[in-house]
Amino acid sequence: MTLTQLPARRPESATPAVARRDRWAKLDLKVSPYVYVAPFFVVFAVVGLFPLLYTGYVSLFDWQLGDDTAKFLGAGNYTELLTDAQFWNALANTVSIFLLSSVPQVIVAIGVAALLNTNLRLRTGFRMGVLVPYVASLVAVGIIFGNLFGVNYGLVNSVMDLIGIGPIDWQGNRLASHIAIATMVNWRWTGYNALIVLAAMQAIPPELHEAAMIDGAGPWRRFTNITLPMLRPTITFVVITSTIGGLQIFTEPKLFSAQPGSNTGGSTNQFQTVTLYLYQSAFENLRLGYASAIAWALFLVIVVAAVGNYFLTRRLSR
Amino acid sequence: MRQRLLATAIATALVAATAAACGAGDAADSKIHLSIATFGEFGYEDLLKQYQAEHPDIVITAHKVGQAAPHHQELFTKLAAGSGLDDVEAVEEGYLAQVLTKADKFNDLSKIGPADAGPDRWLPWKYDAGKSKDGKLIGYGTDIGPLAMCYRTDLLQQAGLPADADGVKALFASWQSYFAAGKTYAQKTGKAWFDTSTQIFNAMHNQHDVGYYDTNNTLVVSSNPDIKSDWDTVTQAIADKESAKLVSFSNEWQAGFKTGAFATTVCPAWMLGVVEQNSGPDNKGKWAVTDAFPNGGGNWGGSYLTVPLQSKHPKEAAALAAWLTAPAQQIKAFVAKGPFPSQVQALQAPELLNTTNAYFGGVKTGALYAEQAKKVAKAQYKGPQDGQIQDNVFAPALQAVEQGKSTADGWQQAVAGAEKAAK
Repeated sequence: MTLTQLPARRPESATPAVARRDRWAKLDLKVSPYVYVAPFFVVFAVVGLFPLLYTGYVSLFDWQLGDDTAKFLGAGNYTELLTDAQFWNALANTVSIFLLSSVPQVIVAIGVAALLNTNLRLRTGFRMGVLVPYVASLVAVGIIFGNLFGVNYGLVNSVMDLIGIGPIDWQGNRLASHIAIATMVNWRWTGYNALIVLAAMQAIPPELHEAAMIDGAGPWRRFTNITLPMLRPTITFVVITSTIGGLQIFTEPKLFSAQPGSNTGGSTNQFQTVTLYLYQSAFENLRLGYASAIAWALFLVIVVAAVGNYFLTRRLSR
Repeated sequence: MRQRLLATAIATALVAATAAACGAGDAADSKIHLSIATFGEFGYEDLLKQYQAEHPDIVITAHKVGQAAPHHQELFTKLAAGSGLDDVEAVEEGYLAQVLTKADKFNDLSKIGPADAGPDRWLPWKYDAGKSKDGKLIGYGTDIGPLAMCYRTDLLQQAGLPADADGVKALFASWQSYFAAGKTYAQKTGKAWFDTSTQIFNAMHNQHDVGYYDTNNTLVVSSNPDIKSDWDTVTQAIADKESAKLVSFSNEWQAGFKTGAFATTVCPAWMLGVVEQNSGPDNKGKWAVTDAFPNGGGNWGGSYLTVPLQSKHPKEAAALAAWLTAPAQQIKAFVAKGPFPSQVQALQAPELLNTTNAYFGGVKTGALYAEQAKKVAKAQYKGPQDGQIQDNVFAPALQAVEQGKSTADGWQQAVAGAEKAAK
């Protein structure tokens, strides 16, 4: 990959034409790799970086949608955000739903992957089977789960009534609504994560297991002392992607609402997430500046959470 | 190989799409191209064909969106962007106040519209609601939603309440008698009297002269005694177990119609179809509709046609909007899809007055709602965030009370929410 691997350059005494060609070749060598990768970075700059920075710019203004005279506020939106009870409520909801979904999701995914890694009949069938929920349309999932968790006529409450637990107010009760939404997320993503973990599990050299077996290690010992440590990079990846996804949960609470599509996240914002509040601020209250400030706050929260999780998972699975 | 084929296909599709996009914008011929954006069912399909046949120099492109919310979101976004709006844009009543705060981005139809589209065409309250604060006419009224009351005759009978057309008049004479009857019904049957407190609250609210805002656009939620008194009345009814606590238009609400979870529901003209669809054929003949509505009449819903300043052919667009909202056309739209006309003459048309509804026992619904439309005294002044406060502040606060929040805490939530929304 370095210059030394290339054929030796022509001697200096070559004709000017050759020298020019030589310079071109050198330039080609140096520049063209950048040209080849440029499309990605150009597209990223246009649709990724620019909106990110522009959102930061907008967040400094009192910018109403359709307002031609936006007023510069400086950090005004951010100071308002820090004292906005609805924002903190939304952040708490987001973290709660995230924990209720990501933690069981990753644990179950590892378990499912371990099961799929054993000598099953119809192995491919099972492996594909766990991916089926991921294929389902998110909107369909949202509407169906909203129905299942219906307070008066939902299937879940009917079953709970049957076994004597009594109906639960999945809409009104804050924790219950979080569990219902987390269930939706888990149903969709557990299989997907299980497949990623399974792929990593299959890459573990069988010699390690064999050696451990000879040393007398049981299946559980081998799982905790060989499989888990070897899965560390994959688990880190799964945790970080589910952190990013989990903190941006939007469609599920939006469709779970008794009035599907409502942005309030329940009657007292009991399951309004940060993205839902962002959307409400921007497109319902038409406060683009404030919504941009929420977007940046969320960005920072995600960065902190992702970095935190990175170190946490590294330590835990060491 | 397969990949290259795919790439070629995508490239071809892109080129074709670009070409098509350019083609649509080109008006190579000398005809005037107009566009109109509506949502739901305005019943304009055949009318637009007729207009183009009568005006060979005009070509109309119609854009139709299923639901109101995305239509208006797009409207506000394009209004802000300064381009992309159609020549004629429909606006629903709930979003009208917000549109009127941006009146400077719309044409004054009283100036550019044809002379025959004068104030006497519409019911006065409908016409007045389409005017901005400085008197510009922003929208021509299309349809309205006069209020009546729907009730289950069988359920009322079971509870020993009068269920015939004359008997229910006393039950529905005032809100007081309505809630008293509901209390009796709930105690006797153990079932709910109405579907959701939000529908009832909105109907009560819209009967007042002053709503959430006064005419200076000052928020008066905490100082308007009518709002607090409605709140107390409705939350008391919740405490009396009169509400089925079903969020309107949710799946559970629809299921509630089938199972007979409640005995009455507020019925604007367009709700009859909703009641029929939700209740299903099994409940045919059980529902009835009466013109006895507590404390007189009211209105819920209905739309306007506006012409944004962005339009390149404002005069022609206004002429089209005026023609569509003329009595003759609105009657045709009513026959085609059912939007209830807001024009004085249309309310006297035999096609409308003779309309009956078999599901509701063959009652003359056209005549009934025409009468209800006349009972509406004047349009309540709507402030900029009125729709938000109704749907996203008061409705959730009432739901919270239905879910067990105390009425005092619910009121706190509503007032704080309204102040935040109005900021």
